[in-house]
Parts: sequence; structure tokens; C-alpha cells
Amino acid sequence: MLELQNIDVFYGNIQALHDISITIRQGEIVTLIGANGAGKSTTLMTISGILPPRHGRVIFLNQQISGLMPDRIVQLGISQVPEGRHIFPALTVSENLDLGAFLRRDHAAIADDKAWLYGLFPILEKRRQQPGGTLSGGEQQMLAIARALMARPKLLLLDEPSMGLAPLITKQIFEILLKLNKEHQTTIFLVEQNANLALRIAHRAYVLENGRVVLQGDAAVLRDNPVVQKAYLGM
Amino acid sequence: MITRHDLRHAGLTGLWFMFLTFPLVVIKINPIEHTVHWRWSNMVWIGVVSFLASLTIRLVQGRRRTGENEKQQSLLQTSVRQFDLLRRPAFFRAALITSSVLLISFPLFFSSYQVNILTTALMYVVLGLGLNIVVGMAGLLDLGYVAFYAVGAYTYALLHLHFNLGFWMVLPIGGLLGALFGLLLGFPVLRLRGDYLAIVTLAFGQIVRLILENWSEFSKGPSGIANIARPGLFGLTLSPEATITYLYYLMIGLVGLTVFVVNRLQNSRIGRAWQALREDEIACQAMGIDKTKIKLSAFALGATWAGMAGVFFAAKTTFVNPASFTFIESAIILCIVVLGGMGSIAGVMVGALILILLPEYLRAVADYRMLAFGAILVVMMIVRPQGLIAPKRRTYTLPSTHNPVNSSDVPASDR
Ligand SMILES: Nc1ncnc2c1ncn2[C@@H]1O[C@H](COP(=O)(O)OP(=O)(O)OP(=O)(O)O)[C@@H](O)[C@H]1O
Ligand SMILES: [Mg+2]
Repeated sequence: MLELQNIDVFYGNIQALHDISITIRQGEIVTLIGANGAGKSTTLMTISGILPPRHGRVIFLNQQISGLMPDRIVQLGISQVPEGRHIFPALTVSENLDLGAFLRRDHAAIADDKAWLYGLFPILEKRRQQPGGTLSGGEQQMLAIARALMARPKLLLLDEPSMGLAPLITKQIFEILLKLNKEHQTTIFLVEQNANLALRIAHRAYVLENGRVVLQGDAAVLRDNPVVQKAYLGM
Repeated sequence: MITRHDLRHAGLTGLWFMFLTFPLVVIKINPIEHTVHWRWSNMVWIGVVSFLASLTIRLVQGRRRTGENEKQQSLLQTSVRQFDLLRRPAFFRAALITSSVLLISFPLFFSSYQVNILTTALMYVVLGLGLNIVVGMAGLLDLGYVAFYAVGAYTYALLHLHFNLGFWMVLPIGGLLGALFGLLLGFPVLRLRGDYLAIVTLAFGQIVRLILENWSEFSKGPSGIANIARPGLFGLTLSPEATITYLYYLMIGLVGLTVFVVNRLQNSRIGRAWQALREDEIACQAMGIDKTKIKLSAFALGATWAGMAGVFFAAKTTFVNPASFTFIESAIILCIVVLGGMGSIAGVMVGALILILLPEYLRAVADYRMLAFGAILVVMMIVRPQGLIAPKRRTYTLPSTHNPVNSSDVPASDR
């Protein structure tokens, strides 16, 4: 479904990604784990078209998307939940969700999706007239995910959804991701520092170090890999 | 209750104000007789008035604070205290009709002088609503808005001078050129935000004025262009009074059009995109909103109104020169938007009327006009920092267990 082919990304003269190749198949949960500054967010920004790669290509559904504008890429079916959530603080929960569907014009279906998402995240329905900025961290993360889903993405990109959240809330959010994947066949690319949880829900995983993919494979296999255990699982 | 602390604070405020206003209100130099006239009584007045004002403000704020504490105890309840009435559709409609009737019948009851002043104020309503698109809705701080006003005014002046084009012909051209200059400013500042954006737009406004001042072959320089034709009315020649009335009604029409369009814009897709842009640019991109297009459209659509107001200004005064387009004009228009309430149409209208009419009617206290004006501005911003009419309900209802409130009863928004 999505393929990164030998991507190099630079910030000015500093190379952040070196020859990255990643494949995500329809219906999968793929996770990208790595330490701070490894280049995880950079990878997502490249997929979303916010950072252009200097070399290499990004292919989505047999079409090259590297070089397209970010709004085009959203339109093609890739939604990102950015790192740090970035909800609209002064807009209500409901208005935040409406903006998620900004590119859609099928009003009836939008209303249905909103109702469906309220079902998935009941707390958001309770808070729907409340400004996004007044939500708790966990609620904001749920809002950010729900807002991204309002675009009906074929591929959902998540950047560290567990950041700053209590373990219980994190678990709740991961359960919802799993449910989305199982029941709605949403393909998910999950960037995480919480390798333990990420490797548990993902099918496959990539490990990023200093802008290079150093390991890849089935999540279950990687979980038993001694290197991964030592570096990322704290065992 | 008044505490000693309150008294001390008010006393200090009084002293401070006496010190601040001392050079202005106490010393009066007579340059002919070379004498200095000390008006100590003025100083006493200032002291007493600011002491009392400070005391009142402290008391009011104190009461409000205790009120808020009580409110917090009873959980968060809807608490739109002031202007709650304005939110009610019935009241809003009534207010709209009343003010329309008042505005339309105004020339019947008042002198041409008054009508003329009100026309000017209405022109600033249009300018304020235009700038409100850029600053209030899209959140882009533009300190050079007056440049587009100048573009409109000179468009009419020059097209009339060289090609003898009439007002009606030039009005849309002025709007278009305004939009074009909006884009011209928009492109280089696409990547800028906040302070940097403010500085560049400020410079842009100065550049336009300096060009008009110095490129004499094009704009006739500081002496300006005179004898610009007033708007025509099917070739009729109107008496001076009739012209003023006619201009007034034209202005009413332009205000009506502006309000209609801006209101439409605000509730449109593009309006929502502006709002998103104002809130968070990264999220904006994640939503698939084309930042470039949205920013440029805000600059262009905002500048359109300044262009049209400029054409109108040239037609009204029949004379334009660069001195009418200084930074202070931009600042006043920005004040209108901020004071009225960023993003609120009604707020901007009220703001324009107050800011333009107030100095006129403060002529009664001639010498201290600007002092009083400044004081009123400061007080208003202290009392209502979010503007006279806040654009949106910032307060909300939390359904509590004791008092369940169906949130669908709450209007989603009143924009
Ligand atoms: N805007 C930028 N300009 C210059 N360098 C940047 C920029 N953004 C990121 N970098 C650098 O690129 C590298 C990768 O950063 P990135 O944000 O992708 O890391 P990350 O894996 O997401 O880290 P974290 O887990 O802390 O979010 C880092 O060395 C970082 O300093
Ligand atoms: Mg990151």
C-alpha cells in the first residue's frame, strides 16, 4: 500500500534520514520504533509531504506521492495524527472533528462518521461543546485520532500517541487502534517510543537508529530479539 | 468593602496620573508673552478623578472575583455575563432592525455635518471588517493595511485624472487592485508569522506611502491629486447637501454588502480554514488544508474591502494625498478590530463607530481630546480584553450530575 524507497531527507546540510526503505501492506499495523532524535517524526513528515526527500521515492497505492503537496496527500487517503496532538485549542471538540473532514463534501456521510467516532470515543461526545484546549491530555489524544479518522483515511499515521499519557490511558488508546484495525481494516503506521506496547499490537516493525533502519521484521520476532530487548524494552 | 490596601492603591494611581499628565494639563506656555501659566487646579482634578476611578475599578473587580469563586464552587455553569442578550437570536434581530432603521433615517433628522461624520465612521466599518478578515479570522497580524486603502484611493484618482473614468466603473477596479496588492504582500510573507509578519506588513505600508510621496510623475507626490469627481447619479447634478446624503446612502449600501459577504465568508469552508490556520498551522496541514492558498486568500479578500473603501474615500473628499495613508491609519483600523472584538462582525461595527465618532464628539473637551481618547481605550481594554463583543462563546456548559444540561440545547456557535 505504502512504500518508501531509499529515502534521504536533509534539514539544511544535516542528513536526518539515510536510505530508508519501508513497506506497509493493506490492513497491517506497522510500527516504527527508535530513540529520541532517531528520525521517526521526520519519516512521517516525509510521507505526509511536509518534508520533501532529496533522494528516493514514496509510493502510495501505485502512485508516486513524494513531491505532492500535503493537502493532495491527505486527499489521496493518508491522515497524520501529529506529534504533540495539535488539536485546535479554542475550537470545540465538534468543530475540531468537522475540520478533520475539511476535504470531504459528502455531508451525510460526514455526520455518520462523526456519530460513529462518538461511539468509539464516548468521552468526546460528552465533551463535544467544550473547547479542545480544555480537554485532558488523553482526551486530546483521542480527539486528535478521531479528527484524523474524520478524513476517512486509507492509511493512518500516528506519531507517539502515548506521549505524556498514563499507562492506563495509553492502553485504552492502543486497544482502540487495534479495534480500528480489526473491525474496520484501517491500515496503521505507528511511530512509538513505547516499544513494548507498540510491538504487542503491531504485525511488523522497523527499528530506526540515527536515521537508518537497523532492524526490521515481524513484531513478535523483534520482541524476542536480544538487541531490541536490551535497547528498547529495558530487559 | 473598601480596605486600606484599596485606598493606598487608588492613592498611588492618582499620584501616578497626576505625574503623567503634568506636562500636558498643568503647564501652559504662552509663546507670545513668554510666560508660563501653571494650572494647578487641573492637577487636583486629575488626581481626584483617577483616585475615584481606580477605587471603583478595584471594587468592581473585587466583587466580580468573589462572584467567580462562588461560581466555581457550584461547578462550571454557563456564565456569559455581559452581552448575553446579544446572543439571543430574537434580540439580535430586533437590534439589527432597529439599528438599520436608525441608520437609514439618520439624514432626515440630523444636519449634513453629522451625516458627513457618520459616513466617515461607516467607511471605517468597511475597513475594520476587511482587516478583520486578515487579523481576526485568519490571525495574521497586518500593520500595513492602509496600503490597500491608498491603492484604492489612488486607483480612482489616477483613472479619473488620466482616463476620466467614473466612480461606478472604478469601484470594482479598486477592489480588484486591492486584492492584487494583497496577493503581492501575501507571497513574500507566506512563511512569516507573528512579530515578523507584523514588521514586514508595517514596512509594506510605509513603502506604498513613500512611493506615492516620491514618485511625483506617477502620483503627483505630496501635493496629491485634486478635483476628483463625486459619484454620479444618472447624470444629475446634486446640491452640496444632497451629495452628502447621497454619499451616505452609498456608504450604507457598501456596509451592507460588506457585512453580507463577510458573514458568508465566516461561515464558509474558507472561513473555517482561516480559523484553523489561526489556531494551529501544523494541524492545519494535517487536515489537508492548503496553507498557501488560505493565507493568500485572506490577504486578498481583506484587501479588497480596503481598495473599495479607498475609491469611496477619494470620491468623498475629491482629493487624495499620501498624508492620508500614514501608519496611524493602520493603527486606528487595527484598534477598531481589536477593541470591537477580533473575529466578531458586530463587534467591529461597534468598535468603528466608537473609535471614529468618539474623537469627533470629544471636541467639546478640545484640548484634552486625545488624552481622553487614550484613557478610554486603556480602560476598555482592561475591562473587556477580548473586545466589546467577543466573537464567540468562550464559556460553555458542563453537564453536571446535579443539573444535567442537554448540550444540544446550546447553539453550536453564533458566528
Ligand atoms: N526542523 C528541523 N531542523 C533541523 N533539524 C531537525 C529539525 N527537525 C528535526 N531535526 C533533527 O532531525 C533528527 C530527527 O528528528 P525527529 O524529530 O525525526 O526525531 P524523532 O525520532 O521523532 O524523535 P522524538 O522521539 O524525540 O520525537 C534529529 O537529530 C533532529 O535534531
Ligand atoms: Mg518525533
